[in-house]
Amino acid sequence: MTRDSRPWLVRAFLLVLLVAAAVAFPKVFTNPAVTNYGVLALIFVTVASAWNIFSGNSGYISLGHAVFFGSGAYAMGIAARDWNVQGTTVFALLPLAAVVGAVIAVVFGLIALRVRRHTFIVITIAVFFIFQLAAFNLRSLTGGSAGLNSPFLNWPSSGYNTPFYYIALAFAGATIAIAVAVRRSRFGLQLRAIRDDEDRARGLGVRAMRVKLTAFVLSGAITAMIGSIWFYYINQVEPQTGFDPLFDLLVVLMAFLGGYGSITGPVLGALIIEPGTLWLNTQPQFSGGYLSEILLGAVFLVIVLFVPRGIVPTGGEWITRLRTRGRPAVVPVAAGAATAGSAGGAAAASAASPAGATADAPPASRASKGGAR
Amino acid sequence: MTAVLRTEGIKKAYGGVQALNGAGISVDEGTIAGLIGPNGSGKTTLFNVITGYDRADEGQVHFAGQVITNAAPDKVFAAGLGRTFQLTRIFPRLTVLENMLVAAQHKRQQRHTVRQRAMDLLEFVGIDRHAGLLAGSLSYGQRKLLELAYVLVADPAVILLDEPAGGVNPTLINLIADRIRELNSQGKTFLIVEHNMEFVMGLCSTITVLESGAAVVSGPPEMIRSDKRVLDAYLGADLEEEEPDE
Ligand SMILES: Nc1ncnc2c1ncn2[C@@H]1O[C@H](COP(=O)(O)OP(=O)(O)OP(=O)(O)O)[C@@H](O)[C@H]1O
Ligand SMILES: [Mg+2]
Repeated sequence: MTRDSRPWLVRAFLLVLLVAAAVAFPKVFTNPAVTNYGVLALIFVTVASAWNIFSGNSGYISLGHAVFFGSGAYAMGIAARDWNVQGTTVFALLPLAAVVGAVIAVVFGLIALRVRRHTFIVITIAVFFIFQLAAFNLRSLTGGSAGLNSPFLNWPSSGYNTPFYYIALAFAGATIAIAVAVRRSRFGLQLRAIRDDEDRARGLGVRAMRVKLTAFVLSGAITAMIGSIWFYYINQVEPQTGFDPLFDLLVVLMAFLGGYGSITGPVLGALIIEPGTLWLNTQPQFSGGYLSEILLGAVFLVIVLFVPRGIVPTGGEWITRLRTRGRPAVVPVAAGAATAGSAGGAAAASAASPAGATADAPPASRASKGGAR
Repeated sequence: MTAVLRTEGIKKAYGGVQALNGAGISVDEGTIAGLIGPNGSGKTTLFNVITGYDRADEGQVHFAGQVITNAAPDKVFAAGLGRTFQLTRIFPRLTVLENMLVAAQHKRQQRHTVRQRAMDLLEFVGIDRHAGLLAGSLSYGQRKLLELAYVLVADPAVILLDEPAGGVNPTLINLIADRIRELNSQGKTFLIVEHNMEFVMGLCSTITVLESGAAVVSGPPEMIRSDKRVLDAYLGADLEEEEPDE
């Protein structure tokens, strides 16, 4: 039920073009410094989309998705070490990461999903810190603050990034496809009804807990898998990188910049923010991390203040406004114009939660010991 | 006839306000029952307690042979009890049609059948033109109609309506009354809270009057109309003036 009036042929063409560009990217840019941006951007496209499947649809803002990301990484590291798995067979362990993510999500969800809004956010942050502390302290399992190294991949170092690029691309594509499927399903509709008025939805027979938990588990399993891919890719995980306090702020920022709750929004947000922060971290004047964190905070403020609904919905509105040029619009457009007010209000309300979350952020970033990533 | 819905001695206080003070009502299966009373007499609170949106301090709710006191809203719905809200509760960021589909989704039916039924009901209440709009953009009266439509599409055995005629235009009020009668003839039970006396008196076979959180009288419309206590407490001169018309 999209409000976009572009004919499907144009959209299909654009999609093919995008996929072709994504596939051709490492062939055109062979410089590993560039493909590195590609791999990490796609990893975050996956994470932001997975986050959005749960948080964007249900309205429950999770600031604890690093729990899944880090657990996926650690699960792989521990399994590969203890079972002595080597080389490309390591990838056979991916389903294990998904299971670990899912199991954690069930327990995490059964606790956190009992409460709503700000309380939910606070609980996700608390669970996050429990996991980070555990990673630091369960030394025999996690290697403590030294972390774990990934199994050796005997791939030629010249094109090392390329296979990872395609794996990450496949994950990103699959996650977006799942997001689209969820969006179109009954399940997705129930999630969005919960977002609008959970109690009302329950009064119409929606089994809210079950629906929320399913979305949380789906989202957590995907995040854990991509976390283990990330682990192979960068070769190691430490408590402050696997369970990075900035991780969730970045993901939320990506979703809000692009358009919280839409399919394309988090994708676009990840493609802008991840390369952006990577680039900032390579600039000598920003090294030490503080400045890039301050910049991130500033971007967050700008988004919440000026494009609270994100680039994609706001851009769509501008296009509509340009097309109609202020003429009294026909019915479907009137919908867009008329809803702008109320939806804006709603977005402002939901924007209030992450804004509240940023208030919790300073101690979090201090704990990261500066620029973990 | 047997009572499908019955409450016993329901008490509910909000701080110092005793919203319900031993409220007992009984709705027979297959009837259209009315619940009237002055503003603040506890009608909405009673609905909230019955449907799990509020907890009773004391008392019991019996529904279809089960005790459903303080059951969660989804359990109450699953038992076969649906409701509307006086201050409408629609899903503002879903489209009008999506609102309908949320309500219809518990039924294992073909997608297009559900959709068709949803569209039919929207057409009935006259907002089918707006099916693709976000529900948040509807006017108050349209929201009222949407809420009625989606409770109808949800199709519970017993339907509680909290002021279905509030803010709705007179022609449509008559249509709604007709629709309720039609559904009732097919076996649906209704409990209706409404300040529009003509609507209630014309539709309901039994009316209960709530005052200060307790039921004071219950009986057929003619009896309520002439009850001294009701006239004093609630209906006032209003109905006495209307009576010669009939
Ligand atoms: N959530 C609440 N918190 C505090 N007081 C409440 C709450 N809900 C209802 N009340 C109080 O309980 C009493 C009964 O309210 P209720 O809404 O049930 O009345 P009503 O019969 O539905 O009135 P109306 O005809 O105006 O809709 C009122 O005094 C009201 O102020
Ligand atoms: Mg009321």
